[in-house]
Amino acid sequence: MSVITFREALRAAMDEEMARDPSVILLGEEVGQYNGAYKVSQGLLEKYGPSRVIDTPISEEGFTGIGVGAAMAGLRPIVEWMTINFSLQAIDQVINNAAKMRTMSGGQFSVPIVFRGPNGPAEFLAAQHSQALQSLYAHVPGLKVVAPGTPADAKGLLKSAIRDENPVVFLEAELMYSWKGEVPDGELLVPLGSADVKRPGKDITLIAFSKPLRLALEAAEALASSGVDAEVVDLRSLRPLDPETVFRSVRKTSRCVVVDEAWPVASVGSHVAWLVSRDCFDDLDAPVELVSGEDVPMPYNHALELAAQPSVAKIVAAARRALYLT
Amino acid sequence: MAEPRELLRQMLLVRRFEEKAAQMYGLRKIGGFCHLYIGQEAVAVGSIAALELARDYVVTAYRDHGHALACGMDPKTLMAELFGKATGCSKGKGGSMHLFDAARHFLGGNGIVGAQIPVATGVGLACRARGNGGVVLCYFGDGAIHQGSFHESLNMARIWNLPVIYLCENNQYGMGTDFRRVSSVTEFAAMGASYGIPGRLVNGMDALEVHREVSAAVARVREGSVPEFLEIRTYRYRGHSMSDPAKYRTQDELESYKRQDPIAILAAALTEQGLLDDAALAAMDDAAKAACDEAVRFAEESPEPVPAALYEDVLA
Repeated sequence: MSVITFREALRAAMDEEMARDPSVILLGEEVGQYNGAYKVSQGLLEKYGPSRVIDTPISEEGFTGIGVGAAMAGLRPIVEWMTINFSLQAIDQVINNAAKMRTMSGGQFSVPIVFRGPNGPAEFLAAQHSQALQSLYAHVPGLKVVAPGTPADAKGLLKSAIRDENPVVFLEAELMYSWKGEVPDGELLVPLGSADVKRPGKDITLIAFSKPLRLALEAAEALASSGVDAEVVDLRSLRPLDPETVFRSVRKTSRCVVVDEAWPVASVGSHVAWLVSRDCFDDLDAPVELVSGEDVPMPYNHALELAAQPSVAKIVAAARRALYLT
Repeated sequence: MAEPRELLRQMLLVRRFEEKAAQMYGLRKIGGFCHLYIGQEAVAVGSIAALELARDYVVTAYRDHGHALACGMDPKTLMAELFGKATGCSKGKGGSMHLFDAARHFLGGNGIVGAQIPVATGVGLACRARGNGGVVLCYFGDGAIHQGSFHESLNMARIWNLPVIYLCENNQYGMGTDFRRVSSVTEFAAMGASYGIPGRLVNGMDALEVHREVSAAVARVREGSVPEFLEIRTYRYRGHSMSDPAKYRTQDELESYKRQDPIAILAAALTEQGLLDDAALAAMDDAAKAACDEAVRFAEESPEPVPAALYEDVLA
């Protein structure tokens, strides 16, 4: 077991998979000579050379589509989007090409590609550079969508994503790159489509993923100080979901708060809340709560931008509503 | 170089296939969008004949029946796909716009204008990684040339020197819009120069010229030089799709292109050279018609996809 950062975990995953399989390539803006806009790919150009670590111009649609074509013809590209915000320039290639090629070709082609980069609010970046877009990608059949919340999951899920035969949207976060955590030594593969109980408890289920996982864990600690034993379920994989792990927890606790920093309309969080409401209806002792990002474009002002996001206080308040402690 | 009679045979097959598709569309055996290639046959046939599909690739847009046939796909699996049958090349899930053949390196069949251009460029990246001299033919129309995907792709193909030949099939109308109305530069061949890529204008009504020019380009690209760009000037006789009466152009213009019909001029040239007579041409045409009749019969008799197929082939 080693303690490493989220950034180092991602780098180790790419490094190990590039060493293992010569068809794995990395392309994107600043991934090579600059060593990555967030230094995730540091050292990979030196190790694997410019034919496998490819600096692109600022042409998101172009290089995302190039990744799709390369995947159809036998490579296993990792496309780094400097941030998820710029993936909107490329979303046609993801939704219309990567996700649909297999169905449209009657199963003749698969698109083994990973699109990865930071998602979700950062700090002081305002509306265009601070948004959580997982709902857009999780909406689309033919894609897989992954959003780890710990360095160990980041490494294990990224390695699985690179080996997967399908297009995987892999969501990180600027503010998470320096987070540290224990990562098991040696080969680490976390299967896509599996949620994980990050904190066992019996009184209420807090469901989260990606950066807000930490908020949920802190909320669980805060609730513990008032005698509430919260269980925290980390979705990790948004498509496919692992509803059984979620349901198992809710059937035990009978109460549920879903945390998703995306906007609340038609989100992963609202979908999971609906699934729990439908499938655990007889077990629930209170309506399912959703703590989402506020339904506004992100403001620049720091107090306002914090107010626009889920927080420990918002999660605790939602849990107390579900526990009828208000 | 391909045998000219073989080019003629393939163009006749495409022509008869498209006529049959139009007929079947009228009978409502085929639904949705159906973009016919009649008039443009020399482009796909003349250019794809320059490839070795064991290592080369073809990527095109939604007007794809001609390219599929030129790649050697069986008219039966194509017609069955247009009928939405389980025996279609895409199991009835792609339809007219999404024909694919992995074994023949035919990568579609893309319905979003210009979206196939980066994909083809990425196939070029994979070819270069494989190092076997493979070349990609990337087709798109005069409508797609104004998409950012074209400009982004040419830039990256040139900075990385990818083995891709970009072929703009300029049939002169992006749906109902004359390309001259919406193009700041109407000599598209010049546009390659913006990216340091040589461009040439080719007469797309002449299969032999197309074949000669594309063969030369393939040879140059295989040698490892820069990507190439060809504007192939052509003309579609039918509307953009089946629902388009094509009122945006004159009958005189249409007739002027029909007088340089690619099938007629190749047949005439071969006859003049003593390589073809009326009987041989008739036999070739009869064979094409028979293959299309057989394709319709196959499609008619093929089963619909089973309901459980709905969830198949979504993920690998």
